[in-house]
Amino acid sequence: MTRSVNDNNRKLNNRRNFGTILMGSPYLVWMAVFIIVPLFMILYYGLIDRDGHFTFANIMAIASPVHSKALWLAILLAIIATAICLLLAYPLAFILSRTTLKRSGFVILLFILPMWMNFLLRTLAWQALLEKTGVINNILAFLRLPPLNIINTPAAIVFGMVYNFLPFMILPIYNSLLKIDVNVVNAARDLGAGNIKILQKIIFPLSIPGIISGITMVFVPALTTFVISKILGGSKILLIGNVIEEEFTHAGNWHLGSGLSIVLMLFIVINMIASSIFDKNREGSML
Amino acid sequence: MIKTGYRLLKLYRKTIRNFYIGLIFVFLYAPIVTLIILSFNDSRTRAKWGGFTFKWYSSLFRNEEIMAALFNTLSIALISASVATLIGTIACVAIMRMKKTSRTVVIGVTNIPMLNAEIVTGISLMLLFISLGIRFGYGTILLAHITFNIPYVILCILPKMRQLNLSTYEAALDLGAGPLYSFYKVVLPDLMPGIVAGFLLAFTMSLDDFIITHFTKGPGIDTLSTKIYSEVKKGIKPEMYALSTIIFISVLVLLWLVNRIPAKEAVQKKSEKH
Repeated sequence: MTRSVNDNNRKLNNRRNFGTILMGSPYLVWMAVFIIVPLFMILYYGLIDRDGHFTFANIMAIASPVHSKALWLAILLAIIATAICLLLAYPLAFILSRTTLKRSGFVILLFILPMWMNFLLRTLAWQALLEKTGVINNILAFLRLPPLNIINTPAAIVFGMVYNFLPFMILPIYNSLLKIDVNVVNAARDLGAGNIKILQKIIFPLSIPGIISGITMVFVPALTTFVISKILGGSKILLIGNVIEEEFTHAGNWHLGSGLSIVLMLFIVINMIASSIFDKNREGSML
Repeated sequence: MIKTGYRLLKLYRKTIRNFYIGLIFVFLYAPIVTLIILSFNDSRTRAKWGGFTFKWYSSLFRNEEIMAALFNTLSIALISASVATLIGTIACVAIMRMKKTSRTVVIGVTNIPMLNAEIVTGISLMLLFISLGIRFGYGTILLAHITFNIPYVILCILPKMRQLNLSTYEAALDLGAGPLYSFYKVVLPDLMPGIVAGFLLAFTMSLDDFIITHFTKGPGIDTLSTKIYSEVKKGIKPEMYALSTIIFISVLVLLWLVNRIPAKEAVQKKSEKH
Protein backbone atom coordinates (compact mmCIF):
# COMPACT_ATOMS: atom_id res chain seq x y z
CA MET A 1 0.00 0.00 0.00
CA THR A 2 2.65 2.51 1.11
CA ARG A 3 4.78 1.49 -1.81
CA SER A 4 2.11 2.18 -4.36
CA VAL A 5 1.45 5.61 -2.81
CA ASN A 6 5.17 6.32 -3.01
CA ASP A 7 5.22 5.13 -6.60
CA ASN A 8 2.29 7.32 -7.37
CA ASN A 9 3.97 10.33 -5.77
CA ARG A 10 7.14 9.70 -7.72
CA LYS A 11 5.16 9.45 -10.94
CA LEU A 12 3.41 12.70 -10.11
CA ASN A 13 6.73 14.34 -9.29
CA ASN A 14 8.24 13.12 -12.55
CA ARG A 15 5.30 14.44 -14.49
CA ARG A 16 5.58 17.74 -12.62
CA ASN A 17 9.29 18.07 -13.43
CA PHE A 18 8.63 17.15 -17.03
CA GLY A 19 5.95 19.83 -17.20
CA THR A 20 8.26 22.44 -15.70
CA ILE A 21 10.98 21.62 -18.20
CA LEU A 22 8.51 21.62 -21.09
CA MET A 23 7.10 25.02 -20.14
CA GLY A 24 10.38 26.54 -19.09
CA SER A 25 12.42 25.44 -22.08
CA PRO A 26 11.31 28.05 -24.65
CA TYR A 27 12.30 30.86 -22.34
CA LEU A 28 15.43 29.12 -21.03
CA VAL A 29 16.65 28.61 -24.60
CA TRP A 30 15.80 32.20 -25.48
CA MET A 31 17.59 33.43 -22.37
CA ALA A 32 20.71 31.43 -23.13
CA VAL A 33 20.89 32.47 -26.80
CA PHE A 34 19.93 36.13 -26.52
CA ILE A 35 21.13 37.16 -23.05
CA ILE A 36 24.02 34.95 -21.93
CA VAL A 37 25.76 34.10 -25.21
CA PRO A 38 25.79 37.77 -26.42
CA LEU A 39 27.52 38.87 -23.20
CA PHE A 40 30.19 36.25 -23.76
CA MET A 41 30.52 37.53 -27.34
CA ILE A 42 31.53 40.94 -25.95
CA LEU A 43 34.02 39.22 -23.66
CA TYR A 44 35.36 37.19 -26.60
CA TYR A 45 35.70 40.14 -28.99
CA GLY A 46 37.19 42.31 -26.24
CA LEU A 47 39.92 39.78 -25.47
CA ILE A 48 41.22 39.15 -29.01
CA ASP A 49 42.80 41.42 -31.61
CA ARG A 50 42.00 41.65 -35.32
CA ASP A 51 44.13 38.57 -36.08
CA GLY A 52 42.37 36.51 -33.42
CA HIS A 53 45.20 36.49 -30.90
CA PHE A 54 44.52 36.80 -27.21
CA THR A 55 45.25 40.27 -25.86
CA PHE A 56 44.46 42.65 -23.03
CA ALA A 57 45.20 45.67 -25.23
CA ASN A 58 41.53 46.46 -25.92
CA ILE A 59 40.75 46.66 -22.22
CA MET A 60 43.95 48.53 -21.32
CA ALA A 61 43.04 51.09 -24.02
CA ILE A 62 40.83 52.71 -21.38
CA ALA A 63 44.03 54.15 -19.90
CA SER A 64 44.74 56.26 -23.00
CA PRO A 65 44.12 59.98 -22.34
CA VAL A 66 41.13 60.35 -24.67
CA HIS A 67 39.32 57.26 -23.34
CA SER A 68 40.00 57.80 -19.66
CA LYS A 69 38.93 61.43 -19.96
CA ALA A 70 35.66 60.31 -21.58
CA LEU A 71 35.10 57.74 -18.83
CA TRP A 72 35.77 60.14 -15.93
CA LEU A 73 33.63 62.85 -17.49
CA ALA A 74 30.80 60.35 -17.94
CA ILE A 75 31.08 59.18 -14.33
CA LEU A 76 31.20 62.76 -13.03
CA LEU A 77 28.21 63.95 -15.08
CA ALA A 78 26.21 60.81 -14.21
CA ILE A 79 26.83 61.32 -10.48
CA ILE A 80 25.81 65.00 -10.66
CA ALA A 81 22.69 64.16 -12.69
CA THR A 82 21.71 61.35 -10.28
CA ALA A 83 22.14 63.65 -7.28
CA ILE A 84 20.01 66.39 -8.86
CA CYS A 85 17.34 63.83 -9.80
CA LEU A 86 17.24 62.58 -6.21
CA LEU A 87 16.97 66.12 -4.79
CA LEU A 88 14.15 66.99 -7.20
CA ALA A 89 12.30 63.67 -7.03
CA TYR A 90 12.20 63.02 -3.28
CA PRO A 91 10.09 66.03 -2.25
CA LEU A 92 7.86 65.45 -5.27
CA ALA A 93 7.33 61.77 -4.49
CA PHE A 94 6.69 62.72 -0.87
CA ILE A 95 4.04 65.28 -1.81
CA LEU A 96 2.40 62.86 -4.25
CA SER A 97 2.32 60.04 -1.70
CA ARG A 98 0.43 62.35 0.72
CA THR A 99 -2.33 63.35 -1.72
CA THR A 100 -5.61 61.44 -1.81
CA LEU A 101 -5.42 58.15 -3.67
CA LYS A 102 -7.88 58.86 -6.45
CA ARG A 103 -6.18 61.93 -7.78
CA SER A 104 -2.59 60.83 -7.33
CA GLY A 105 -3.03 57.95 -9.81
CA PHE A 106 -3.81 60.49 -12.47
CA VAL A 107 -0.96 62.78 -11.41
CA ILE A 108 1.49 59.86 -11.62
CA LEU A 109 0.16 59.18 -15.10
CA LEU A 110 0.99 62.76 -16.03
CA PHE A 111 4.60 62.16 -15.01
CA ILE A 112 4.86 59.09 -17.23
CA LEU A 113 3.03 60.63 -20.15
CA PRO A 114 6.00 62.63 -21.53
CA MET A 115 7.71 59.29 -22.18
CA TRP A 116 5.21 58.71 -24.97
CA MET A 117 6.75 61.48 -27.02
CA ASN A 118 9.89 60.16 -28.66
CA PHE A 119 12.85 60.83 -26.39
CA LEU A 120 15.09 62.00 -29.23
CA LEU A 121 12.52 64.61 -30.21
CA ARG A 122 12.14 65.78 -26.62
CA THR A 123 15.89 66.18 -26.30
CA LEU A 124 15.98 68.03 -29.61
CA ALA A 125 13.27 70.34 -28.31
CA TRP A 126 15.54 71.24 -25.39
CA GLN A 127 18.23 72.03 -27.92
CA ALA A 128 15.81 74.52 -29.51
CA LEU A 129 14.86 75.94 -26.12
CA LEU A 130 18.40 76.30 -24.78
CA GLU A 131 20.03 77.72 -27.93
CA LYS A 132 21.80 81.08 -27.74
CA THR A 133 18.89 82.70 -29.59
CA GLY A 134 16.37 80.17 -28.29
CA VAL A 135 13.10 80.63 -26.44
CA ILE A 136 14.56 80.66 -22.93
CA ASN A 137 17.15 83.32 -23.76
CA ASN A 138 14.47 85.43 -25.42
CA ILE A 139 12.40 85.28 -22.25
CA LEU A 140 15.46 86.10 -20.14
CA ALA A 141 16.31 89.05 -22.41
CA PHE A 142 12.72 90.28 -22.12
CA LEU A 143 13.05 90.16 -18.33
CA ARG A 144 16.45 91.92 -18.67
CA LEU A 145 18.24 88.97 -17.11
CA PRO A 146 21.64 87.71 -18.27
CA PRO A 147 21.43 85.01 -20.98
CA LEU A 148 21.90 81.34 -20.22
CA ASN A 149 24.77 80.01 -22.31
CA ILE A 150 24.79 76.34 -21.47
CA ILE A 151 24.17 74.70 -24.85
CA ASN A 152 27.14 72.59 -25.99
CA THR A 153 28.60 72.47 -22.47
CA PRO A 154 28.69 69.64 -19.92
CA ALA A 155 25.99 71.54 -18.00
CA ALA A 156 23.56 71.06 -20.90
CA ILE A 157 24.32 67.32 -20.90
CA VAL A 158 23.53 67.11 -17.18
CA PHE A 159 20.35 69.06 -17.86
CA GLY A 160 19.32 66.56 -20.55
CA MET A 161 20.11 63.59 -18.28
CA VAL A 162 18.00 65.02 -15.45
CA TYR A 163 15.15 65.71 -17.84
CA ASN A 164 15.17 62.26 -19.44
CA PHE A 165 15.68 60.12 -16.34
CA LEU A 166 13.76 62.03 -13.65
CA PRO A 167 10.62 59.81 -13.96
CA PHE A 168 12.82 56.76 -13.23
CA MET A 169 13.71 58.36 -9.89
CA ILE A 170 10.20 59.56 -9.02
CA LEU A 171 8.39 56.22 -9.50
CA PRO A 172 10.43 53.87 -7.24
CA ILE A 173 10.61 56.44 -4.42
CA TYR A 174 6.88 57.11 -4.74
CA ASN A 175 6.15 53.37 -4.57
CA SER A 176 8.33 52.84 -1.50
CA LEU A 177 6.70 55.83 0.25
CA LEU A 178 3.23 54.44 -0.54
CA LYS A 179 4.15 51.14 1.12
CA ILE A 180 4.86 52.80 4.48
CA ASP A 181 2.20 51.80 7.00
CA VAL A 182 0.31 54.87 8.21
CA ASN A 183 0.00 53.24 11.64
CA VAL A 184 3.76 53.38 12.12
CA VAL A 185 3.74 57.11 11.49
CA ASN A 186 0.73 57.54 13.79
CA ALA A 187 2.40 55.48 16.50
CA ALA A 188 5.49 57.71 16.31
CA ARG A 189 3.30 60.79 16.57
CA ASP A 190 1.49 59.32 19.59
CA LEU A 191 4.84 58.71 21.21
CA GLY A 192 5.65 62.39 20.83
CA ALA A 193 7.78 62.59 17.68
CA GLY A 194 7.61 65.83 15.70
CA ASN A 195 7.37 66.07 11.92
CA ILE A 196 11.12 66.34 11.38
CA LYS A 197 11.81 63.41 13.70
CA ILE A 198 9.23 61.28 11.86
CA LEU A 199 10.80 62.13 8.53
CA GLN A 200 14.28 61.41 9.83
CA LYS A 201 13.59 58.24 11.83
CA ILE A 202 10.72 56.58 9.95
CA ILE A 203 9.91 57.85 6.48
CA PHE A 204 13.43 58.30 5.19
CA PRO A 205 14.82 54.90 6.41
CA LEU A 206 11.77 53.06 5.06
CA SER A 207 12.10 54.70 1.64
CA ILE A 208 15.75 53.69 1.19
CA PRO A 209 14.93 50.69 -1.08
CA GLY A 210 13.10 53.08 -3.43
CA ILE A 211 15.99 55.53 -3.37
CA ILE A 212 18.47 52.77 -4.18
CA SER A 213 16.54 51.42 -7.14
CA GLY A 214 15.96 54.98 -8.33
CA ILE A 215 19.68 55.69 -8.19
CA THR A 216 20.44 52.54 -10.21
CA MET A 217 17.79 53.33 -12.79
CA VAL A 218 19.15 56.84 -13.31
CA PHE A 219 22.88 56.28 -12.92
CA VAL A 220 23.31 53.43 -15.44
CA PRO A 221 21.58 55.08 -18.42
CA ALA A 222 23.20 58.44 -17.57
CA LEU A 223 26.67 56.87 -17.40
CA THR A 224 26.26 55.11 -20.75
CA THR A 225 24.33 57.65 -22.82
CA PHE A 226 25.64 58.77 -26.17
CA VAL A 227 22.53 60.43 -27.57
CA ILE A 228 22.13 63.20 -24.99
CA SER A 229 25.78 64.16 -25.20
CA LYS A 230 25.59 64.20 -28.99
CA ILE A 231 22.49 66.41 -29.17
CA LEU A 232 23.02 68.78 -26.24
CA GLY A 233 26.80 68.68 -25.94
CA GLY A 234 27.61 69.46 -29.54
CA SER A 235 29.94 66.92 -31.09
CA LYS A 236 33.01 68.09 -29.17
CA ILE A 237 32.28 66.62 -25.74
CA LEU A 238 32.91 62.87 -25.74
CA LEU A 239 31.47 60.58 -23.10
CA ILE A 240 32.44 56.91 -22.87
CA GLY A 241 29.15 56.02 -24.60
CA ASN A 242 30.09 58.18 -27.59
CA VAL A 243 33.51 56.54 -27.85
CA ILE A 244 32.00 53.03 -27.86
CA GLU A 245 29.26 53.96 -30.31
CA GLU A 246 31.85 55.46 -32.69
CA GLU A 247 33.91 52.27 -32.58
CA PHE A 248 30.90 50.16 -33.56
CA THR A 249 29.46 52.42 -36.25
CA HIS A 250 32.02 54.65 -37.99
CA ALA A 251 35.46 53.62 -36.79
CA GLY A 252 34.60 49.95 -37.13
CA ASN A 253 36.99 48.60 -34.50
CA TRP A 254 34.66 46.17 -32.71
CA HIS A 255 37.48 44.72 -30.64
CA LEU A 256 38.35 48.09 -29.10
CA GLY A 257 34.64 48.85 -28.64
CA SER A 258 34.09 45.52 -26.89
CA GLY A 259 37.12 46.05 -24.64
CA LEU A 260 35.80 49.45 -23.55
CA SER A 261 32.33 47.93 -23.03
CA ILE A 262 33.86 45.38 -20.65
CA VAL A 263 35.27 48.26 -18.57
CA LEU A 264 31.87 49.94 -18.66
CA MET A 265 30.18 46.73 -17.53
CA LEU A 266 32.55 46.59 -14.54
CA PHE A 267 31.13 49.92 -13.35
CA ILE A 268 27.58 48.68 -13.88
CA VAL A 269 28.33 45.52 -11.88
CA ILE A 270 29.91 47.60 -9.07
CA ASN A 271 26.76 49.72 -9.01
CA MET A 272 24.56 46.60 -8.91
CA ILE A 273 26.54 45.01 -6.08
CA ALA A 274 26.45 48.25 -4.08
CA SER A 275 22.69 48.48 -4.50
CA SER A 276 22.08 44.82 -3.63
CA ILE A 277 24.00 45.31 -0.37
CA PHE A 278 21.58 48.09 0.58
CA ASP A 279 18.51 46.35 -0.71
CA LYS A 280 18.27 42.68 0.20
CA ASN A 281 15.01 41.66 -1.47
CA ARG A 282 15.16 43.47 -4.75
CA GLU A 283 13.16 40.90 -6.74
CA GLY A 284 10.52 42.93 -8.50
CA SER A 285 11.23 46.14 -6.64
CA MET A 286 12.29 47.86 -9.82
CA LEU A 287 9.04 49.61 -10.65
CA MET B 1 -6.49 84.28 16.18
CA ILE B 2 -4.48 81.11 16.55
CA LYS B 3 -6.96 79.34 14.30
CA THR B 4 -6.53 81.82 11.45
CA GLY B 5 -2.78 81.65 11.87
CA TYR B 6 -2.89 77.88 11.58
CA ARG B 7 -5.11 78.15 8.51
CA LEU B 8 -2.71 80.62 6.91
CA LEU B 9 0.20 78.29 7.59
CA LYS B 10 -1.71 75.43 5.95
CA LEU B 11 -2.55 77.58 2.94
CA TYR B 12 1.07 78.70 2.72
CA ARG B 13 2.26 75.06 2.74
CA LYS B 14 -0.29 74.07 0.13
CA THR B 15 0.81 76.93 -2.13
CA ILE B 16 4.44 75.88 -1.87
CA ARG B 17 3.51 72.27 -2.67
CA ASN B 18 1.45 73.20 -5.70
CA PHE B 19 4.12 75.61 -6.88
CA TYR B 20 6.73 72.84 -6.67
CA ILE B 21 4.58 70.32 -8.55
CA GLY B 22 3.79 72.99 -11.11
CA LEU B 23 7.46 73.81 -11.61
CA ILE B 24 8.35 70.16 -12.31
CA PHE B 25 5.40 69.94 -14.70
CA VAL B 26 6.68 72.93 -16.63
CA PHE B 27 10.10 71.29 -16.76
CA LEU B 28 8.66 67.99 -18.06
CA TYR B 29 6.19 69.47 -20.53
CA ALA B 30 8.15 72.44 -21.92
CA PRO B 31 9.75 70.41 -24.74
CA ILE B 32 6.44 68.74 -25.56
CA VAL B 33 4.67 72.07 -25.90
CA THR B 34 7.59 73.26 -28.03
CA LEU B 35 7.23 70.28 -30.38
CA ILE B 36 3.48 70.76 -30.70
CA ILE B 37 3.97 74.46 -31.52
CA LEU B 38 6.68 73.60 -34.06
CA SER B 39 4.28 71.20 -35.81
CA PHE B 40 2.10 74.22 -36.74
CA ASN B 41 5.02 76.41 -37.79
CA ASP B 42 4.87 77.48 -41.44
CA SER B 43 8.65 77.62 -41.91
CA ARG B 44 11.14 74.86 -42.55
CA THR B 45 13.56 75.98 -39.84
CA ARG B 46 12.65 75.87 -36.21
CA ALA B 47 14.50 79.13 -35.54
CA LYS B 48 11.73 81.44 -36.69
CA TRP B 49 7.94 81.48 -36.60
CA GLY B 50 6.48 81.65 -40.10
CA GLY B 51 2.79 81.68 -39.25
CA PHE B 52 0.22 79.03 -38.42
CA THR B 53 -0.32 76.13 -40.80
CA PHE B 54 -1.75 72.62 -41.03
CA LYS B 55 0.30 71.73 -44.10
CA TRP B 56 2.74 69.38 -42.28
CA TYR B 57 -0.21 67.29 -41.16
CA SER B 58 -1.39 66.74 -44.72
CA SER B 59 2.05 66.25 -46.25
CA LEU B 60 2.86 63.79 -43.45
CA PHE B 61 0.58 61.16 -44.95
CA ARG B 62 2.17 61.57 -48.37
CA ASN B 63 5.69 61.13 -46.97
CA GLU B 64 6.42 57.49 -47.76
CA GLU B 65 9.62 57.28 -45.71
CA ILE B 66 7.94 58.45 -42.52
CA MET B 67 4.93 56.24 -43.14
CA ALA B 68 7.20 53.21 -43.66
CA ALA B 69 9.07 54.03 -40.44
CA LEU B 70 5.77 54.41 -38.61
CA PHE B 71 4.58 51.04 -39.92
CA ASN B 72 7.85 49.37 -38.86
CA THR B 73 7.70 50.94 -35.40
CA LEU B 74 4.09 49.94 -34.75
CA SER B 75 4.34 46.43 -36.20
CA ILE B 76 7.57 45.67 -34.35
CA ALA B 77 6.07 46.96 -31.10
CA LEU B 78 2.91 44.90 -31.58
CA ILE B 79 4.60 41.65 -32.61
CA SER B 80 7.45 41.86 -30.09
CA ALA B 81 5.09 42.71 -27.22
CA SER B 82 2.76 39.81 -28.16
CA VAL B 83 5.55 37.24 -28.50
CA ALA B 84 7.22 38.48 -25.31
CA THR B 85 3.91 38.26 -23.43
CA LEU B 86 3.36 34.69 -24.62
CA ILE B 87 6.89 33.50 -23.79
CA GLY B 88 6.96 35.50 -20.56
CA THR B 89 3.66 34.14 -19.27
CA ILE B 90 4.64 30.52 -19.88
CA ALA B 91 8.07 31.23 -18.37
CA CYS B 92 6.44 32.64 -15.21
CA VAL B 93 4.44 29.45 -14.71
CA ALA B 94 7.63 27.42 -15.11
CA ILE B 95 9.61 29.73 -12.82
CA MET B 96 7.06 29.33 -10.02
CA ARG B 97 7.33 25.53 -10.28
CA MET B 98 11.13 25.53 -10.10
CA LYS B 99 13.20 24.79 -7.02
CA LYS B 100 14.43 27.80 -5.11
CA THR B 101 18.03 27.88 -6.37
CA SER B 102 17.20 27.52 -10.05
CA ARG B 103 14.42 30.06 -9.64
CA THR B 104 16.87 32.61 -8.20
CA VAL B 105 19.32 31.99 -11.04
CA VAL B 106 16.65 32.34 -13.74
CA ILE B 107 15.23 35.53 -12.24
CA GLY B 108 18.76 36.90 -11.86
CA VAL B 109 19.56 36.32 -15.53
CA THR B 110 16.15 37.73 -16.52
CA ASN B 111 17.01 40.99 -14.74
CA ILE B 112 20.24 41.44 -16.74
CA PRO B 113 18.75 43.25 -19.77
CA MET B 114 16.85 45.60 -17.45
CA LEU B 115 19.81 46.46 -15.25
CA ASN B 116 22.45 46.44 -17.96
CA ALA B 117 23.15 49.52 -20.07
CA GLU B 118 21.16 49.56 -23.30
CA ILE B 119 24.27 50.28 -25.32
CA VAL B 120 25.87 47.07 -23.99
CA THR B 121 22.74 45.03 -24.73
CA GLY B 122 22.61 46.51 -28.21
CA ILE B 123 26.28 45.80 -28.94
CA SER B 124 26.09 42.26 -27.54
CA LEU B 125 23.12 41.41 -29.78
CA MET B 126 24.84 43.01 -32.77
CA LEU B 127 27.92 40.82 -32.22
CA LEU B 128 25.66 37.75 -31.83
CA PHE B 129 23.85 38.41 -35.11
CA ILE B 130 27.15 39.02 -36.89
CA SER B 131 28.68 35.77 -35.72
CA LEU B 132 25.52 33.81 -36.52
CA GLY B 133 25.58 35.35 -39.98
CA ILE B 134 22.01 36.66 -39.75
CA ARG B 135 21.24 39.44 -42.23
CA PHE B 136 20.49 42.72 -40.43
CA GLY B 137 17.02 44.09 -40.98
CA TYR B 138 13.46 43.78 -39.73
CA GLY B 139 14.07 40.32 -38.26
CA THR B 140 17.07 41.28 -36.16
CA ILE B 141 15.24 44.33 -34.74
CA LEU B 142 12.29 42.09 -33.88
CA LEU B 143 14.47 39.49 -32.13
CA ALA B 144 16.22 42.23 -30.13
CA HIS B 145 12.93 43.81 -29.09
CA ILE B 146 11.44 40.49 -27.98
CA THR B 147 14.59 39.90 -25.93
CA PHE B 148 14.44 43.16 -23.99
CA ASN B 149 10.64 42.96 -23.65
CA ILE B 150 10.42 39.53 -21.97
CA PRO B 151 11.93 40.76 -18.64
CA TYR B 152 9.34 43.55 -18.39
CA VAL B 153 6.53 41.04 -18.94
CA ILE B 154 7.94 38.69 -16.29
CA LEU B 155 8.39 41.65 -13.92
CA CYS B 156 4.68 42.42 -14.24
CA ILE B 157 3.36 38.84 -13.97
CA LEU B 158 5.54 37.31 -11.21
CA PRO B 159 4.04 39.39 -8.35
CA LYS B 160 0.54 38.32 -9.46
CA MET B 161 1.79 34.73 -9.57
CA ARG B 162 2.93 34.96 -5.93
CA GLN B 163 -0.53 36.14 -4.84
CA LEU B 164 -2.23 33.16 -6.49
CA ASN B 165 -4.19 30.81 -4.31
CA LEU B 166 -3.32 27.37 -5.65
CA SER B 167 -6.11 25.63 -3.74
CA THR B 168 -8.66 26.89 -6.26
CA TYR B 169 -6.62 25.27 -9.04
CA GLU B 170 -6.41 22.03 -7.05
CA ALA B 171 -10.14 22.21 -6.38
CA ALA B 172 -10.79 22.48 -10.11
CA LEU B 173 -8.58 19.41 -10.66
CA ASP B 174 -10.45 17.51 -7.92
CA LEU B 175 -13.74 18.37 -9.57
CA GLY B 176 -12.54 16.66 -12.73
CA ALA B 177 -11.21 19.51 -14.88
CA GLY B 178 -8.04 18.79 -16.85
CA PRO B 179 -4.87 20.74 -15.97
CA LEU B 180 -5.02 22.93 -19.10
CA TYR B 181 -8.73 23.61 -18.70
CA SER B 182 -8.41 24.53 -15.04
CA PHE B 183 -5.40 26.74 -15.78
CA TYR B 184 -7.40 28.53 -18.44
CA LYS B 185 -10.53 28.86 -16.31
CA VAL B 186 -9.09 29.39 -12.82
CA VAL B 187 -5.50 30.62 -12.90
CA LEU B 188 -5.44 32.77 -16.04
CA PRO B 189 -8.20 35.19 -14.96
CA ASP B 190 -6.22 35.96 -11.80
CA LEU B 191 -3.07 36.59 -13.83
CA MET B 192 -4.83 38.74 -16.44
CA PRO B 193 -4.12 42.18 -14.88
CA GLY B 194 -0.40 41.34 -14.77
CA ILE B 195 -0.41 40.01 -18.32
CA VAL B 196 -2.15 43.11 -19.67
CA ALA B 197 0.20 45.43 -17.74
CA GLY B 198 3.19 43.46 -19.04
CA PHE B 199 1.98 43.68 -22.63
CA LEU B 200 1.40 47.43 -22.39
CA LEU B 201 4.78 48.04 -20.75
CA ALA B 202 6.52 45.94 -23.40
CA PHE B 203 4.66 47.76 -26.18
CA THR B 204 5.70 51.15 -24.77
CA MET B 205 9.32 50.10 -24.30
CA SER B 206 9.52 48.82 -27.86
CA LEU B 207 7.88 51.94 -29.27
CA ASP B 208 10.28 54.30 -27.52
CA ASP B 209 13.47 52.30 -28.00
CA PHE B 210 16.28 53.87 -29.94
CA ILE B 211 19.62 52.58 -28.69
CA ILE B 212 19.11 48.83 -29.16
CA THR B 213 17.39 49.36 -32.52
CA HIS B 214 20.31 51.56 -33.60
CA PHE B 215 22.75 48.67 -33.19
CA THR B 216 20.56 45.84 -34.52
CA LYS B 217 19.02 47.47 -37.58
CA GLY B 218 20.45 47.06 -41.05
CA PRO B 219 20.80 49.68 -43.76
CA GLY B 220 17.59 50.57 -45.58
CA ILE B 221 15.25 49.96 -42.68
CA ASP B 222 14.21 52.55 -40.14
CA THR B 223 11.93 52.91 -37.17
CA LEU B 224 10.74 56.37 -36.17
CA SER B 225 13.55 56.70 -33.60
CA THR B 226 16.37 55.81 -35.98
CA LYS B 227 14.79 58.00 -38.68
CA ILE B 228 14.79 60.97 -36.32
CA TYR B 229 18.38 60.24 -35.28
CA SER B 230 19.56 60.20 -38.88
CA GLU B 231 17.87 63.57 -39.42
CA VAL B 232 19.43 65.23 -36.36
CA LYS B 233 22.40 66.59 -38.30
CA LYS B 234 20.58 67.81 -41.42
CA GLY B 235 17.55 69.07 -39.55
CA ILE B 236 14.30 67.34 -38.61
CA LYS B 237 11.52 67.38 -41.17
CA PRO B 238 8.51 69.26 -39.71
CA GLU B 239 6.28 66.30 -40.63
CA MET B 240 7.98 64.44 -37.78
CA TYR B 241 6.74 67.06 -35.30
CA ALA B 242 3.24 66.63 -36.71
CA LEU B 243 3.39 62.85 -36.37
CA SER B 244 4.66 62.95 -32.79
CA THR B 245 1.95 65.46 -31.91
CA ILE B 246 -0.69 63.10 -33.31
CA ILE B 247 0.77 60.16 -31.34
CA PHE B 248 0.98 62.17 -28.14
CA ILE B 249 -2.57 63.53 -28.40
CA SER B 250 -4.02 60.08 -29.19
CA VAL B 251 -2.28 58.54 -26.16
CA LEU B 252 -3.53 61.41 -24.00
CA VAL B 253 -7.12 60.91 -25.20
CA LEU B 254 -6.84 57.13 -24.78
CA LEU B 255 -5.57 57.42 -21.20
CA TRP B 256 -8.25 59.99 -20.40
CA LEU B 257 -10.92 57.62 -21.72
CA VAL B 258 -9.51 54.65 -19.80
CA ASN B 259 -9.42 56.75 -16.64
CA ARG B 260 -12.97 57.96 -17.21
CA ILE B 261 -14.72 54.67 -17.92
CA PRO B 262 -14.37 53.14 -14.44
CA ALA B 263 -15.52 56.40 -12.83
CA LYS B 264 -18.54 56.47 -15.12
CA GLU B 265 -19.41 52.84 -14.36
CA ALA B 266 -19.12 53.48 -10.65
CA VAL B 267 -21.47 56.42 -10.94
CA GLN B 268 -23.91 54.32 -12.95
CA LYS B 269 -23.85 51.48 -10.44
CA LYS B 270 -24.43 53.95 -7.65
CA SER B 271 -27.40 55.49 -9.40
CA GLU B 272 -28.82 52.03 -10.13
CA LYS B 273 -28.70 51.22 -6.43
CA HIS B 274 -30.68 54.31 -5.44
